[in-house]
Amino acid sequence: MLILNQDQLANWLNQLIDTYKVFAPVKDGDHYTFKEISSGNQVTLNYTNTKVPPKEVLFPRSEKLFCYRHENEGIQLEEKIDESKKVIFGLRPCDAKGFLLLDNVFNNDKYQDPYYLNRRKNTVLVGLGCNQPATTCFCTSLGGGPFASEGLDILLVDIGNRYVVEVVTEKGQELLSGLNLPAAEPEAQEAARRVKEGAALSTCINLDGLKAKLDVIFYDPIWDLIHEKCLGCAACTYSCPTCHCFDIVDEAEGKEGCRIRNWDACMFPLFTLHGSGHNPRPTGKERFRQRVMHKFKYFVDNFNAVACVGCGRCIINCPVNLDIREVLAEIQGLEVRSDKQ
Amino acid sequence: MDDITRAIQETAKNLLLNKEVDVVVGFARGSLPLRNTPCFVRQPDDVQKLIWGYGCENNLANYLRKRPEKIAVIAKGCDTRSIVELIKENQIDRNKLVIIGVPCQGMIDRKKITRLLAGRELLEGEVKDGQVILKGREFREIIPLNQLLYDTCLNCQHPNPVLSDILIGEPVPVKENACFTDVEEFEAKTPAEKWAYFQEELSRCIRCYACRQACPMCYCEECFADCSMPQWLSKSSLNTQDNIFFQAVRVLHLAGRCVDCGACDRACPMGINLRTLTRKMVKDVQELFGYTAGIRLDQKPPLAAPISTIN
Repeated sequence: MLILNQDQLANWLNQLIDTYKVFAPVKDGDHYTFKEISSGNQVTLNYTNTKVPPKEVLFPRSEKLFCYRHENEGIQLEEKIDESKKVIFGLRPCDAKGFLLLDNVFNNDKYQDPYYLNRRKNTVLVGLGCNQPATTCFCTSLGGGPFASEGLDILLVDIGNRYVVEVVTEKGQELLSGLNLPAAEPEAQEAARRVKEGAALSTCINLDGLKAKLDVIFYDPIWDLIHEKCLGCAACTYSCPTCHCFDIVDEAEGKEGCRIRNWDACMFPLFTLHGSGHNPRPTGKERFRQRVMHKFKYFVDNFNAVACVGCGRCIINCPVNLDIREVLAEIQGLEVRSDKQ
Repeated sequence: MDDITRAIQETAKNLLLNKEVDVVVGFARGSLPLRNTPCFVRQPDDVQKLIWGYGCENNLANYLRKRPEKIAVIAKGCDTRSIVELIKENQIDRNKLVIIGVPCQGMIDRKKITRLLAGRELLEGEVKDGQVILKGREFREIIPLNQLLYDTCLNCQHPNPVLSDILIGEPVPVKENACFTDVEEFEAKTPAEKWAYFQEELSRCIRCYACRQACPMCYCEECFADCSMPQWLSKSSLNTQDNIFFQAVRVLHLAGRCVDCGACDRACPMGINLRTLTRKMVKDVQELFGYTAGIRLDQKPPLAAPISTIN
């Protein structure tokens, strides 16, 4: 463990900016978002959670996969692979866990996504532990924690006017190489331990037996009612660190165009609308069921992990206060026979 | 507020017991401080879920279009105005709807609280005698209620239901003059400044379409933003211009139909100021057509009315 004074932080970031694109939380109107910074002074680290997760640094809202042009000699193709070196600075442990879950989707034995993976490979994650988690946070229910280092390269623990720096990976070690930070003295380590102990979460969700229930309730009448107030927007999915569905479109004009990958959301009717006009998920019921099932059943079936990190953004951002904690509690309250398949 | 809650519960119970309606749409306690959440009650025994408060901010008219069953709705002034327009557009069958009108004293804007608390988390909130008591870890603040109400509510000229079958609570005083100072400030900008303003605001748009989904009047079976043949605008958010185009067309499509309930603005997770646009259009429709949306059932919508009705 090393120690970093708060007043050294901006300098360190300025050094990093010379080599890396640095994305860090900045104040944006009433909330905080991850943006590429041009100076260490732009960063604000006394935030609870950003409005949208840093997911978009590695999996952008819209990205050009390749562009093409018809020319006399034939078609010219230009693939858009982003090889730039990046640092995501000051992200929360839950958002780092989000990337670990996304890795399952973009890097598995059936498919490796070069666009995501190139960014992933070239990105260093510098986390900031949560001294004061919000009441909407429930990361510990999902195997995470306010100071979990899983998925991070470096974890910073704010102990007042200094940070205790935990180096998690070699990538993290490399990022610190020029700094010559001193080792954290026992008092600082003790302070970090106290900070960690003090970061209690007030909310938890119960996942015990949830998957087994979801396995057998696809046709349960609960879905008729549970979605009822949902408006069918994508405020939840687009602010989720693990939602990853996308749509690919060609945008062309004249003889040139680009193939673009955009975020998409299972809450939209268009998401599953077939060319024939048939829609296998015709109403909010099927679409809301899909969102719950994908996170808490299908993702578990496919990757043996729940696709939720407990960041609470969907709770805060939902325009009608449809709270995933309450949805899960209601499902958990169902009496179901697990042999009824 | 407690009296209104009790009256709502009793009314809902009677309507369900007498089988006058199959479902009552109202508000329940929310999961966040000072927040209420839409709630559907079908059993007489469940009516105690229904409550009234300063967090009943959603426009429940959004849940009433094309319902097969008989339905009752708890409706504020703005909800009833949307209902009036939806009846005119044949989206609601008046014979199957019971409107339980509740005069509205305004709803609390949680964004204003967030701004005020500057990073401190609100753990508990309570409204008492025109004051809002905000409690968190190691703080307790008392703020006058009208400093925390939505701007929509502070500007509202129709807080009392314009149409109702049952009225609960006493009518609240009505402001006499419309206040469009925000729009006038916007109008005074040069075209370049207006463009810069739109660029700045809509650069934050993530195309989640919460604005569209939250609006009771945005119900096109196929939204122009979703069309692919022809594709009217880019599906991507690479260019802010497309976000501006989406919002501009959405707002213009609401001309003479928008009741300035603020639902779009509230729904936006990115805090984009949508009301300057919608209210500019509301003001234009008033000035050009002498029409205020959702006031009278027998008044034809301006764009469907004979040209002679123009002042």
